[in-house]
Amino acid sequence: MASSVTKPARKKLAWMLALLVTCAGLIGIGVATNQPGAAFTPELALDLQGGTSIILSPTVAEGETVSTEQLNQAVGIIRQRVDSTGVSESTITTSGNANIVVEIPGTPSETTLQLIKSSAKLEFRAVLLASAGTAAQVGGDATATASPSASATPNQPATQPSIAPTNGSDLNWITPELRRQFDAFDCSTQFRAPGQVDDMKAPLITCDTGRFQKYILGPVELDGTNISDATAGTITTQTGASTNEWAVNLVFDGAGTSIFSAVTSRLFPLETPRNQFAVTLDGYVITDPAAKAVITNGEAQITGGFTKESSQSLADQLKYGSLPIGFEVQSQENISATLGSESLRSGLLAGLIGLLLVVIYSLFQYRALAVVTVGSLLVAAVLTYLLIALLSWRQGYRLSLSGVAGLIVAIGITADSFIVYFERVRDELRDGRSLSTAVDAAWSRAIRTILVSDAVSLLAAVVLFSLTVGSVKGFAFTLGLTTLVDLAVVVLFTHPILQVLAQRKFFSSGHKWSGFDSKAIGGAMYLGRGKFSVSDRVSEAKRGKASKEAEKRQTIAERKLAEANENGAKS
Amino acid sequence: MAKFSNFGNDLYSGARSIDFVGRRKIFYIISIVMVILAVALPVARGGFNFGIEFRGGSEFRVSGVDQSQQRVAIDAVRDVVPETNPVVTAVGASDLRVQTEQLSPVESEEVRVALANAFNINSSGVASSFIGANWGADITSKAFLGLLVFILMAFVLMAIYFRTLKMSFAAMIALFHDLILTAGIYGALGFEVTPAAVIGFLTILGYSLYDTVVVFDKIRENTFEVEFSETSTLAERINLAVNQTLVRSINTSVVAVLPVASILFIGAVLLGAGTLRDIALALFIGMIVGTYSSIFIAAPVYSHMREGEKKYLEAAKKVIASR
Repeated sequence: MASSVTKPARKKLAWMLALLVTCAGLIGIGVATNQPGAAFTPELALDLQGGTSIILSPTVAEGETVSTEQLNQAVGIIRQRVDSTGVSESTITTSGNANIVVEIPGTPSETTLQLIKSSAKLEFRAVLLASAGTAAQVGGDATATASPSASATPNQPATQPSIAPTNGSDLNWITPELRRQFDAFDCSTQFRAPGQVDDMKAPLITCDTGRFQKYILGPVELDGTNISDATAGTITTQTGASTNEWAVNLVFDGAGTSIFSAVTSRLFPLETPRNQFAVTLDGYVITDPAAKAVITNGEAQITGGFTKESSQSLADQLKYGSLPIGFEVQSQENISATLGSESLRSGLLAGLIGLLLVVIYSLFQYRALAVVTVGSLLVAAVLTYLLIALLSWRQGYRLSLSGVAGLIVAIGITADSFIVYFERVRDELRDGRSLSTAVDAAWSRAIRTILVSDAVSLLAAVVLFSLTVGSVKGFAFTLGLTTLVDLAVVVLFTHPILQVLAQRKFFSSGHKWSGFDSKAIGGAMYLGRGKFSVSDRVSEAKRGKASKEAEKRQTIAERKLAEANENGAKS
Repeated sequence: MAKFSNFGNDLYSGARSIDFVGRRKIFYIISIVMVILAVALPVARGGFNFGIEFRGGSEFRVSGVDQSQQRVAIDAVRDVVPETNPVVTAVGASDLRVQTEQLSPVESEEVRVALANAFNINSSGVASSFIGANWGADITSKAFLGLLVFILMAFVLMAIYFRTLKMSFAAMIALFHDLILTAGIYGALGFEVTPAAVIGFLTILGYSLYDTVVVFDKIRENTFEVEFSETSTLAERINLAVNQTLVRSINTSVVAVLPVASILFIGAVLLGAGTLRDIALALFIGMIVGTYSSIFIAAPVYSHMREGEKKYLEAAKKVIASR
């Protein structure tokens, strides 16, 4: 009998061990192969470790100012972009009247900086003319346009077309003046100011991001606001095989879908290059696909030299919106921790003292069973630590002081699962079961309670994580993590350990120090072979009365309650 | 501690029983008075005291100084504005950044001079500017939306699991009771509301519901088909469930509060005001209130809602007649 109970228990314990070893192993491999960010200690957040402070100042044309509303909008968008890189609890503030200060833990990579500051204005324009990106060697006026200009629309002609163009592909957009500018245009020059704003209703001369091709593009047909979703993925061929080439997939909203359908049906019959449309990001052409079909379902794909990181970064920028204004990095400096090591030490000390108090209390309450409580808490602590180290490497999770406090609080919530279970076991013993059957009967009831209460916590974590930003998101992440660890520990450690211990005579005999002391718990204690020792507090007379109760549904506890009520009524 | 075990045993068997459900009027009155106080006291104090993370503030940049001298900067600011808690950060290689609550132009100039004097540098070496709230309106509105969605979904989840809307309602009443009381005590004491306190507050939300669900799960089990019982009424079974989970409730809250009390103590004694104390205080109040409300509010309110139903009224009449 012993082996039939302990076998599944041992299996569960083996799973727990496997889980711990896998986590440690993954980090170990990361450290051994020198992967960036892999370490056995989790990365700390801004408040405990410090990081980098980046001051962004808006780039606007002379004489123009940035409104508070635009600034707040930009803060919101930058925050979402930073959050998309991981749970780092960064802070984003406005400073003075126009600057935005972004503080992120550690040193930001070039990709992160780009993600933060790029305005991400995506526009779709029809291609009118395209040629190699160097100035034509006719005439000598290349120098006239080679120097960058501070004006808002330096590459756009002031002269209006003599015949009004009828659509975005109409060649009447190209005035002689525009043509002359185009011929002299050289992609290798600094032809755009950062954050430059173009006239959406006018044609535009620009180059691709690689500076190989120059274009005259028609007015804007569609922009980033028409995009309802953007994801990064590898390109799948028509046969369904996936390639190694990365692309950004776009889904247009209702209005975007109908415009895109109209544009592709207009471009489809035209000749090269007018059957192409250009997708520009911040004024540079990122891709210029030809319309090979009329696309009516509103789904498009941007391709062209993306890496996994660059496609993900573009998809995030598009999904979280264009900045209302362009920004440039004014300064970038290291900042120290606001709280510092003193706070972390005190937090950890508080955690240790708290844990010690919990151990002492459970010794009083559960005697030898405290070994199970403390063991479970230790397993939970180790598992949580490993998961945090793993997630700080893979997901950019950063541990802040509020995170530390959240983890200390989780001690209580994790311990509650054991307490619910232990109290259930005692209840079952009071109903007269033997310890080994009580452990299983109590489990089937306790796990329901544990599951539903953890489901509530997990729901809070998932909802708050997906809907909020900043430090609330960080909190939700910690809550979700500790809830899952709690479940794993109670199922794969506490329950099987208790099953194994129930086979030991020390516990099954209800030893005084076992935490299942028959006298202390009281009630009927199963002694084997159908004998019961009924607690002497229930008198013979009462039991006589109780036996008259014929109702099947009654439990022993209810019967006792009924007796107590009767007694109360008589006296 | 054997006595405590006996106590648990007696509660389980019903040999000893505390009448939570029957004396609900007293608990209702206590809670209503506390809720009124929790709303009135912070209002009387002039509302919550929000930190610079919410309101923005003033920032001073001291250049070319020894970065370990953070204490000097804090003292210099407090000489001018005593009731403030400045945040000092080392920036770059030799600068200190001091952030305080929003100061008036006069105070701001005084702090600038005080900082320059404290560090023995020319006052041109201290620049002052305004900083915006880093816990912006967008974070608050998103957090509220998240909370609303969570509460609605938790309501539905509980309704499905317990197969009754009334448990969801009772749990929500207890939840709002906890949130109002926690926020009220925090506001009444006049502590600064920081992001850390808000996070602590959110933890309470989870803990309060969690605790109520554990008690309700025992009630669900005990009241199964109670309308066919000839020996006990719904109210008695609910009361028995609360009594049976009482030992668990006490154990859990002691175990949960011990680490929090330890953070509160360490945070307040070793560090003074700060993130740790803020979060621990919110949690300490919230956890005690959360455990209280599951027992004294949630269960009696549920019984109150349920026992007026026709089938339970009739069953209760029969049970009482047969005694």
